Amino acid sequence: MNSEPLIPHLFRTEYRKIVSVLCRHFGFREIEVAEDIASDTFLVATQAWGIEGPPPNPAGWLYNTAKNKAKNYLHRHSIYEERVLPEVRAGLGEDLVFEIDLTPENITDSQLQMLFAVCHPAISEESQVGLALRILCGFGIQEIADAFLTTKEVINKRLTRARERLREVDIRIEMPAAAEMDVRLGPVLTTLYLLFNEGYYSMGQDHTLRKDVCLEAMRLCTMLIENNATNKPQVNALMAMMCFHASRFDARTDASGALVLYGEQDPSLWNADLIRSGYVFLQSGARGEQVSRYHLEAGIAYWHTQKEDSSEKWSSIVYYYDQLLKLSYSPVAALNRAFAISKWKGKTEAIRETEALALEGNHFYFALLGELYDGIDRQKAFENLDNALRLARTVADQQAIRKRIKALS
Amino acid sequence: MEEYLILMRLDLLTKEAQPSPEQMQEYMKQYHHWISGIVEEGKFAGGKGLSTEGKVLKPNSVVTDGPYAETKESLAGFIVIRAENFDDAMRLAAQCPILNGDGNSVEVRKIVSVHEQ
Repeated sequence: MNSEPLIPHLFRTEYRKIVSVLCRHFGFREIEVAEDIASDTFLVATQAWGIEGPPPNPAGWLYNTAKNKAKNYLHRHSIYEERVLPEVRAGLGEDLVFEIDLTPENITDSQLQMLFAVCHPAISEESQVGLALRILCGFGIQEIADAFLTTKEVINKRLTRARERLREVDIRIEMPAAAEMDVRLGPVLTTLYLLFNEGYYSMGQDHTLRKDVCLEAMRLCTMLIENNATNKPQVNALMAMMCFHASRFDARTDASGALVLYGEQDPSLWNADLIRSGYVFLQSGARGEQVSRYHLEAGIAYWHTQKEDSSEKWSSIVYYYDQLLKLSYSPVAALNRAFAISKWKGKTEAIRETEALALEGNHFYFALLGELYDGIDRQKAFENLDNALRLARTVADQQAIRKRIKALS
Repeated sequence: MEEYLILMRLDLLTKEAQPSPEQMQEYMKQYHHWISGIVEEGKFAGGKGLSTEGKVLKPNSVVTDGPYAETKESLAGFIVIRAENFDDAMRLAAQCPILNGDGNSVEVRKIVSVHEQ
């Protein structure tokens, strides 16, 4: 009995390759058929390999099984159509094109094309991320639900509606033309950005799952970089940003799962390889005339990998936030900028800038003020921290604020 | 010792119940671990996984697609084991990991041979 261990994640890795090839082959209308065939392949593998052990060529076995299932489906389908349709298509006695192409080239091409197909503005961004997780990353429904902190039922509904909608707009599975590549890349990069954020900031309990989600976003971004047609500056900039953030993944939570703020992180836990890689991608992205939001975020993320509190670090971060806020305003970016101001120009100036924002419903706003007033006006510090505590929603946030209040007393 | 057939049934119809590829790889490992245990006891006598496709033939030349058309409990695989008695067979069957999944079941049947006394 063959009992060699399988490589970890083999099923997930091969599932997403098979489902992308089948989706592309069947066309988007039949996407559920493609997903079913892919799932069935692994169900059979589970039974057969469970009893007899894995075959000598696991991926090859999976591909053959999937190809045969697809052939059977097409065969049944075409027989049905021949019986039902009155026209007899003379001379088409040959097999219709039943061959499923599972060569490495077609696997990569199919995944790229599926990436453009599911990251489509016709469906909501969370649907794009959900479909990407399902088809491009091979995640199960429960896993996606856990990542989004919701239920299987919600995710199933969301994905079903998304598939319906994409069928309505008759989505084609193909590479966009060079002339429209920048435009079509927009939603793709947004989806990867959101996917990464989901893994990075999610308050879900499963640390490994969240890290996997981040790594998936990075893997898909790498796919874009490795293809000439999609290897654009903004893609490299996004990759740089993800590398820099991911380098601190292990330092962001302590043993009990509580959040460790940047200022308190142990830099020896930062991944130097990822920081180096990020820098290479930052260089690659520094070409062309467009400065995308990803360039700015990568710039900010870069400076956060430099632990020393230099004036250059914080003034650069403020500069990048200035540009980012001009591109698109967000309260989080404004508050982060104010924090950077405090590090560069001192707390008094930062308090002025922060209070000008007047984000009364935002607990980060009060938490920042609480921290800024520390050492300047103790009472105001307490007042602001109390407001923050009142508004904080997650347990991790409440814990972090209580810690600050305690430190102040 | 006598021979027993152990039939594994899974809920293959309910889409929401489908495990993820990652989970299936885990199940496969657990499955294999269970089988290895039976082999170690010298009681494994063969078995196979079954394809999810197939047909059902009925009288009057009726043929339907798929062996699971009418039931949520689809036959996913079977093994043949040797055991001291029915209780011994049940002991081994009870360790089958598919029993960790809702809606799954394991059936145990003694194999009757006309050549036994």
